Amino acid sequence: MTAMLEVKDLEVAYGKIVAVKKISFSVEQGQVVSLIGTNGAGKTTTLRTISGLLRPNSGQINFMGQPIHHVPAHDIVSMGLAHSPEGRRIFPRLSVEENLLLGAFARNDTAAIRTDLDAAYALFPILGERRKQPAGTFSGGEQQMLAMGRAMMSKPKLLMLDEPSMGLSPIMMKVIMTTVTALQQQGTTILLVEQNAQAALKRADYGYVLEVGKIVLHGSGRELLVNDEVRKAYLGED
Amino acid sequence: MDQFFQQLVNGLTLGSLYALIAVGYTVVYGIVQLINFAHGEVFMIGAFGALSTYLLFFDGQTGVWILPIMIVGAIIASVVTAVAMERVAYRPLRNAPRLAPLITAIGISVFLQELVRVFYDRIPFADFPSAKQRIPFPQLDGVSGKAVEVGDVTIQRSAIFTVAALVVCAILLWYFINRTKLGRGMLAVSQDPDTARLMGINVDRIIVVAFALGAVLAAVAGVSQGLQNNNIDFKMGFIAGLKAFTAAVLGGIGNIQGAVFGGLVLGVVESMATQYVPGQFGGGTWKDVWAFVLLILVLVFRPQGLLGARVVDRA
Repeated sequence: MTAMLEVKDLEVAYGKIVAVKKISFSVEQGQVVSLIGTNGAGKTTTLRTISGLLRPNSGQINFMGQPIHHVPAHDIVSMGLAHSPEGRRIFPRLSVEENLLLGAFARNDTAAIRTDLDAAYALFPILGERRKQPAGTFSGGEQQMLAMGRAMMSKPKLLMLDEPSMGLSPIMMKVIMTTVTALQQQGTTILLVEQNAQAALKRADYGYVLEVGKIVLHGSGRELLVNDEVRKAYLGED
Repeated sequence: MDQFFQQLVNGLTLGSLYALIAVGYTVVYGIVQLINFAHGEVFMIGAFGALSTYLLFFDGQTGVWILPIMIVGAIIASVVTAVAMERVAYRPLRNAPRLAPLITAIGISVFLQELVRVFYDRIPFADFPSAKQRIPFPQLDGVSGKAVEVGDVTIQRSAIFTVAALVVCAILLWYFINRTKLGRGMLAVSQDPDTARLMGINVDRIIVVAFALGAVLAAVAGVSQGLQNNNIDFKMGFIAGLKAFTAAVLGGIGNIQGAVFGGLVLGVVESMATQYVPGQFGGGTWKDVWAFVLLILVLVFRPQGLLGARVVDRA
């Protein structure tokens, strides 16, 4: 069986600065795969290239067996690949409900969208209570819930989450990470990018460690959690 | 007091015209941060589209039922012009420095004026008059002719049409932007284009919609102007466009309510200045000066505009 997402020898540059250097990895259906690494390792660049916001210099990206590295970003969503971007990027002057409906922009099944809207409110009750409120007035954690709910509104087969725990309180982080597991159990495949290696690897079926644009280590989540190098570099242990 | 109300009526009429055009500047700016200085020409071509429709199909008739068909003709001419200029001139410059599209806009403006001036009477299979002079605009029953008197205040029928057109357009526009999926897509692109793409929104298509939307309102304004002035000419878009741009900045560029409000304020200020500024600085010849003085004052003391500009807000 081929992987749901397959990245082969991907190279991405900003002008002359190469941010991602020939990396290869794959995500199998049903898995949570973590991509961890420090600031500037190329994690966000990788996700933005997969979702079509950036174009690779070379390499291949296959999603569900189809090459997508030349497909425009707005067409990738309807293929079943959603991207919840770094910094959440909710639409601040639109209401919660409008933000969620924008997540379903590529869909045309009005009745099913209503059902999924209710499902999003069930997943994050706070969003349902404040559906008319402008999203910009929300706290970081609430905005993260909204960003995830919005991404789920496109009914993705693969959900890419870019640093969902960034800047959150430990309690809120737990809520978000529990949701990641819940979404996996509902059948969504997840590519999780995190600086918080501990939280990300604990839930990951497989993990990749990215350092200055290269994959330096990979293995199952459990293997990486006990790996000496990972413990030193990312978990703050000697 | 009658003079005051008379000037208020004049001001609101003029202001409605500015508002209809100003929306086009502001909608496009809100989506692509581009000042489309050729928008005045979209307005002018709207007026010529209405005139052409009349001359081709209804020459000599005066029934008011012709008006909606003329408006449709105006809208087609304006939308085609606006969409074509976006496709041919602005889209290739999407990632260029901002000065490039600005200079291009001025170029398109001159190009379109000259196109109409030189070629309007040479369009094959149509017997159009030369646009080198002013061309009389068709006068229709009900919207032109004898003015309505309310007390001592005279209200031209074309003025009623203009104000009514603004009200109808504003309501339809509000509904489109806030209650339709495409409108929601426009709001998303204006707030965060990259994230909008992640939602599956085709940003290029939204930009075309923004140009087309502005063109529809400019076309209606073109018909209004024709009915009010009884004639149209190839350079009518220049000063009207400049005033409407002023109105858009006045209200807060990127803000649609602001454009409507700015247009009305500008129109009323001009009319009142004509009436109430005493001595040699009063009267019709100075009204443009007062309009731009108002702009300078707003830019100095409230640069975001009266209702606030589109602000870059990312929480």
